[in-house]
Amino acid sequence: MSLIILGELQTGMIYALMAAGLYVTFRILDIPDLTVEGSFTLGMTVTVMITSAGYPELALLIAIAAGACAGLVTAFLQTKVKIQPILSGIITMTALYSVNMQIMGGKPNISLYSAGADTIFIKFERLTGLSANNSKLLLISLIVAAVIALLILFFKTRVGLKIRATGDNEEMVRSSSINADLTKCLGFAIGNASVALSGGLLCQYQQYADINYAVGMVVVGLASIIIGEAFFGRRSVTIGFISVVVGSTAYRFIIALALQVKLFDPYWLKFISAVIVVIALSLPVLKTYFQKLFARLKNERGNA
Amino acid sequence: MSAAMLELINVSKTFFPGTVNERKALRNVSLSLKSGDFVTVIGSNGAGKTSLFNAICGTFFVDSGKILLGGKDITDMPDYKRAVSIGRLFQDPMKGTAPHLTIEENLALAYGNRGGRHFFAVNRKNRAKFKEMLAALELGLENRMTTQIGLLSGGQRQAVALLMATISEPKLLLLDEHTAALDPATAKKVLEITVSIVEKTKTPTLMITHDIRAALEVGTRTIMMDEGRIILDIEGEERKNMTIEKLLQLYSKESKKQLLNDRMLFEIEKQ
Repeated sequence: MSLIILGELQTGMIYALMAAGLYVTFRILDIPDLTVEGSFTLGMTVTVMITSAGYPELALLIAIAAGACAGLVTAFLQTKVKIQPILSGIITMTALYSVNMQIMGGKPNISLYSAGADTIFIKFERLTGLSANNSKLLLISLIVAAVIALLILFFKTRVGLKIRATGDNEEMVRSSSINADLTKCLGFAIGNASVALSGGLLCQYQQYADINYAVGMVVVGLASIIIGEAFFGRRSVTIGFISVVVGSTAYRFIIALALQVKLFDPYWLKFISAVIVVIALSLPVLKTYFQKLFARLKNERGNA
Repeated sequence: MSAAMLELINVSKTFFPGTVNERKALRNVSLSLKSGDFVTVIGSNGAGKTSLFNAICGTFFVDSGKILLGGKDITDMPDYKRAVSIGRLFQDPMKGTAPHLTIEENLALAYGNRGGRHFFAVNRKNRAKFKEMLAALELGLENRMTTQIGLLSGGQRQAVALLMATISEPKLLLLDEHTAALDPATAKKVLEITVSIVEKTKTPTLMITHDIRAALEVGTRTIMMDEGRIILDIEGEERKNMTIEKLLQLYSKESKKQLLNDRMLFEIEKQ
């Protein structure tokens, strides 16, 4: 059981980087970005190829750059070609499927294990001499902490502030001297870079890449963001990024627990995620509905 | 400084030309503002007041004529580039501020890197400056600098928006009925703040208002617009001797119709 907890903690934190990337577009820029499913897989495929060639660290850096490029494509379609935000994401995601297949040489999945390639996890284990699980957890924690800290700091800089303002009041930004198209492009690049890093890390962690791995990933990311906000509320970006990590890990635990007690078959996972997101997104509507209902009941009681 | 800060030369703009909806928004408008000019702009609905502002800001490009700002021809410059040197405030307090950013973050956004290059947008140095500026508003906002701006009242938001519009020391300030959506007491307060900021900074300012009394009392100069033209431009003694009644008479003589719309009438009766 403790092994399961450790495993969920590890994957939860890796996925946290995907959720953090989605947080940048969905919460900070206020645009749902479906590129994520493509850029996550892009991170995986790029990583699997370069890692099998023997460069696991470089693989992650290239994955980050590739993810940023994918985000830029979506942002370009939105800002310059004026395609609707959701559609631009779908277009990029769809196109990336072919790109990802090409990267993997036409194969739908590739294993690092059978190739015997070194991953950063294997290298780190050798370096520290810790047990496999502990060294994995330590390395993941270090990477996630570093990336989240970087994101938090970045969104407090002048450029970061401009990106946040673009998502908060675009009209104001457009009538000021800020180039809103540019800040959107930056936000999309950063978000998808984080998503691709998450894909790359997961690829090395699991030692394989699969073309269909990221199907439904957006909903998983949204669920993580929303669960995190259930703990912390929607406040500053600093708390936002931290809550995403907590939310993503909590999401893994909830799913693992449900699978442990055999509440449902694993293939129901995506359905459950979808339900979590629907419930969370409908909360404001439900809240006003119940407030009205209670107010009416109170009035009626008062009149009786 | 005697040179004109803002200069409009024969500016014209027609919307939907050649269609049944053709509307001449600006007709050969010429206007010159120098440093220290605080011009109030009046006119009935559709007179071209907001079109004048939009032309200056580059919301649309004009059909003919020239616009110079600080001696530089900005006629063909895109709006976001002009925005560096023009501060603009709208009637809706929601338009000028980002609701989920804090007061200090909003100010930092407008302040840019004028306080020197720092890693963080909000830093010790510019925070001190913001605190001082907020304290001058006398709204108690200097103690709420980390409050999200969406939690403030409309008047407080508009006051912060005014600071944001002037903090970057623009060459020109455009106020588009910026007190119209506020309750009378708050509107008065925001107008007072406006006057004190403009007088202190000497920024050339155009202020659209529907309050004729304020138009004559506030500022140094008043222009009246009708059907896309400036039909009256008074300052100094002439302006001092102007009364609301005389202004209304002048208007009907010039335009052969009544200036008053319901809102203006309401304002006059209220006073």
